[in-house]
Amino acid sequence: MRNLTAAFFIALLPLGASAETPEEKGLAIAVEADKREAGWVDGIAELKMTLKNKQGETSERSIRIKTLEVEGDGDKSISVFDAPKDIKGTAFLSFTHSKIPDDQWLYLPALKRVKRIASANKSGPFVGSEFAYEDLTSQEVDKYTYKWLRDEQLDGRDCFVVEAYPVYENSGYTREIVWIDKEMYQPLRIDYFDRKNAELKSLVTGDWQQYLDKYWRPGFTEMTNHQTGKSTRLAWSNYQFKTGLSDRDFDQTTLKRTR
Amino acid sequence: MKNFEVAFARWVIRNRYAIIVLSIAAIFVLAAGATKLRFDTSYRAFFSDDNPQLIAFENLENTYVKDDNVMVIVAPLDKNIFTRDHLQAIEEITAASWQVPFSNRVDSISNFQYTEAEVDDLVVRDMVKDAQSLSDGELAKVRAAVMAEPALVKRLISERGHVTAVNVTVQLSPDQRAEATGVIAAAIAKIVEETKARHPDLDIYLSGMVMLDQAFFESALDDSTHLVPLSFALMMGLIALLVGGFFGTLVTFLVIAFSICAAMGIGGHIGFPLTGLSSSAPIIILTVAVANCVHLLVTFAHEMHAGRDKIVAMEESLRVNLQPVFLASATTAIGFMSMNFSEVPPFNHLGSLVTFGVLISFILTVSFLPALMTLLPVQVKKTAEDDYRRMDLLAEFVIKKRRRLLWVTSIIAIACVANLPRNELNDIFLHYFDDSLTFRSDSNFMIENLTGLDFINYSLNSGQSGGISDPTFLQDVENFAVWLEAQPEVTHVDRFTNIMKRLNKNMHGDDPAFYSLPKERDLAAQYLLLYEMSLPYGLDLNNQVNVDKSSTKLTATVGVLSSKAMIDFNLRALAWAKANAPSFVNTDSAGISLMFSYIGQRNIVAMLLGTTIALVLISGILIIALRSLRLGSISLLPNLAPAAIGFGLWGIFVGQVGLSLSIVAGMTFGIVIDDTVHFLSKYLRARREKGLSSEDAVRYAFRTVGRALVVTTLTLVVGFSVLATSKFQMNSGMGLMTSIIITLALVLVFLMLPPLLMKTEENTTYA
Repeated sequence: MRNLTAAFFIALLPLGASAETPEEKGLAIAVEADKREAGWVDGIAELKMTLKNKQGETSERSIRIKTLEVEGDGDKSISVFDAPKDIKGTAFLSFTHSKIPDDQWLYLPALKRVKRIASANKSGPFVGSEFAYEDLTSQEVDKYTYKWLRDEQLDGRDCFVVEAYPVYENSGYTREIVWIDKEMYQPLRIDYFDRKNAELKSLVTGDWQQYLDKYWRPGFTEMTNHQTGKSTRLAWSNYQFKTGLSDRDFDQTTLKRTR
Repeated sequence: MKNFEVAFARWVIRNRYAIIVLSIAAIFVLAAGATKLRFDTSYRAFFSDDNPQLIAFENLENTYVKDDNVMVIVAPLDKNIFTRDHLQAIEEITAASWQVPFSNRVDSISNFQYTEAEVDDLVVRDMVKDAQSLSDGELAKVRAAVMAEPALVKRLISERGHVTAVNVTVQLSPDQRAEATGVIAAAIAKIVEETKARHPDLDIYLSGMVMLDQAFFESALDDSTHLVPLSFALMMGLIALLVGGFFGTLVTFLVIAFSICAAMGIGGHIGFPLTGLSSSAPIIILTVAVANCVHLLVTFAHEMHAGRDKIVAMEESLRVNLQPVFLASATTAIGFMSMNFSEVPPFNHLGSLVTFGVLISFILTVSFLPALMTLLPVQVKKTAEDDYRRMDLLAEFVIKKRRRLLWVTSIIAIACVANLPRNELNDIFLHYFDDSLTFRSDSNFMIENLTGLDFINYSLNSGQSGGISDPTFLQDVENFAVWLEAQPEVTHVDRFTNIMKRLNKNMHGDDPAFYSLPKERDLAAQYLLLYEMSLPYGLDLNNQVNVDKSSTKLTATVGVLSSKAMIDFNLRALAWAKANAPSFVNTDSAGISLMFSYIGQRNIVAMLLGTTIALVLISGILIIALRSLRLGSISLLPNLAPAAIGFGLWGIFVGQVGLSLSIVAGMTFGIVIDDTVHFLSKYLRARREKGLSSEDAVRYAFRTVGRALVVTTLTLVVGFSVLATSKFQMNSGMGLMTSIIITLALVLVFLMLPPLLMKTEENTTYA
């Protein structure tokens, strides 16, 4: 009889929010975000990257990104550099993965060759910016474990505040604190803590717009490194979805032809 | 004036209870500020915010990244790094160092990003990973690769492969430097301890800029905890022995302790940081404040000995001493205030702290001291009549041999002064610490076995976005680096072109023939992009390339150079770049040693002005106080001479003048003038009040004040000699030089001033 009662209450647990553990709640939020994000198939966007150092000097890069949604793994993407001139036409193909190193190739037009990049660089910076590869790649649920911390407002918007712990062993972070907008289920701010658990950098996003009545995309994302005073701002534009891209557009032979 | 002194003395005695209570209350309020005192022992504290070399240095830091670092130097007993165990130790230290607070980059031979071609792949990986699993063949390959890498040899690995280092770079914001240094040093110490426990066959040494800051801190702490109590004990011993007896010593102790606490408290209220220099303020306050008490107590004892009641004795002591003690305090304060002209903020703070201390000690000496002293059951022990007799003998000697003395002292003085130019300005920060500090010995080990401690960063600007990939620019960078390497001052040159050459080779199937700079700009840019995209966490190119890829930082590690050699070398390098590297739009250079090299020069120029102003002010005060332009002017000679002779002697025996010595002249002038003030005020009293002849007035001055001058000089010399034992050369040099000058001053006041007076005053009469 006592066992039955216990079983009854255990079965009820997920129903009551207060009975849900913070870990379960955090995971539930991530799952919901992933669910809302699913199904966009493929996308194209343009991106202007502005790097800034503590001295105030800036530098700009223009990149076009094509992405293909992959079920059950990280997405595939090709990034083509349009500027600066020296690297115009350089194209970067990447198959991302949640827990193991990504597969990456770079086409160098000056050499007319595709080079595979073999390194454990996931935690490293993307083209000298304050963004690491792992910050830019798709947010698969199993890339992290989670813990819900609290609900609070950020800039007047209701947010879940969730702590995410990277699963990948070579990640540059011990944890991230993510402010997830309750309406969009997208991050408004992320604080990153480095391998010694010191505050490393913060991501702030804004100018969100909804596409296809479903998918929210930011107009800008800006990463500030608190330790070095450097920052990188990404200005996103011309989002397109379901443009008919397929696996064949994301292999080494097409990489060479990508313009 | 005389009436004022008498009235003041009576007033003090009448209100002595109130004075004691009020003094203590005021001191407590002021001293409360001491809780706000914080150590700032960073090397940066030596430079003001508008120092052009610091601005250049910080501009470079802001363009690239900060260079503050800890070098963990590893020396295996078997003198070969390339064994599985030793390499494993390097891997462990590297991994552990990422956990050091404030670290954002760790470089070692194990995590060096080795690149190689593998068919069409560019493999970028750690030089050493899992050292224990390496075969003998792989071990040999690692050794060959490390020893062939110009970025590593003589930087992180010695040419013989017997010493290596792990370089931990930290990012500190200005407000966290002070606390962070200790935290980092503690974390590194723990790594060292754990490594030694696991690998007892390794010796580990520590150097780098964080350790420099830590050495500043440790020496400041050492001064505060060892030298301050020592000088207190010595000084009180001296006072007890020579002047005061038990109560006199006790009251002196209170006056001085109060002065120090209040002065440091005011510093805290204002927000002065404690630095290696300003932490010597208590010793200096103690030393200079003692003199005031001595003068009052000596006269007091003298009067009591003559059979007077203690209140009458104290009133008389106040009457005769108020003016000279005030003058002495004022001139001393002005001397220390001249430090405010210094380019170096810690000297400004030290000068101000001592000024506060001197002024407070003056107030306490003429109020609190007589108030308390007359309430205590004072008994005067019999002063040996010998002391007076000795002074009388000295007076007779000086009077008899005056002509010869004048000649001899003048000739010796001129001979010493002639050696002034032998002094060379030199500020080598490594030499700020004596050999007993591990920073100095560890850094020396690094310099002898691995690489230099000092460096100059050159920011080479191509003037165009992405211009660092331009083949002409790259060639100029390489040429500049090659030229630098050929200079005798240079140990190692870290430059971006090494990476380019290596990538070019990798891109051509690791063919050594292609270990050269790429010939086309877009090719170079794309290699760079490929490489940048391959680098792991924390090992990016930000420390060598600016965001716009328009300029690159080249680091020349240099041996220990004198300030002049450092400045000359840098100017030579800049001139070479200007003449031979046309693609450099402009070249900025900055480095910590370079900053210290320039600060000495800047400081000397600033202090010349400060010292001159102090000189004019002090002389003016002397002239007004003595009410005699002639006497004031005459007395300048024995006051200027000690510093000139002292620096002349220094030129003969040492020859190196650093920052701290350049402030000594102005500071000691304010102290040594006190001897003259006291001597002349007694001399004049004898002539004006007692109508004595010049010779008899000299006798009177010797008899009344000679002993006090010997005692105060002795205390001053003892105090500054304690400072001379500091492990921090800025303090020890200042202490030693000040001791020399103060000793000389007394000698000249005894042997040169009286003959001068007698010579010029032979025919003068006082109404």
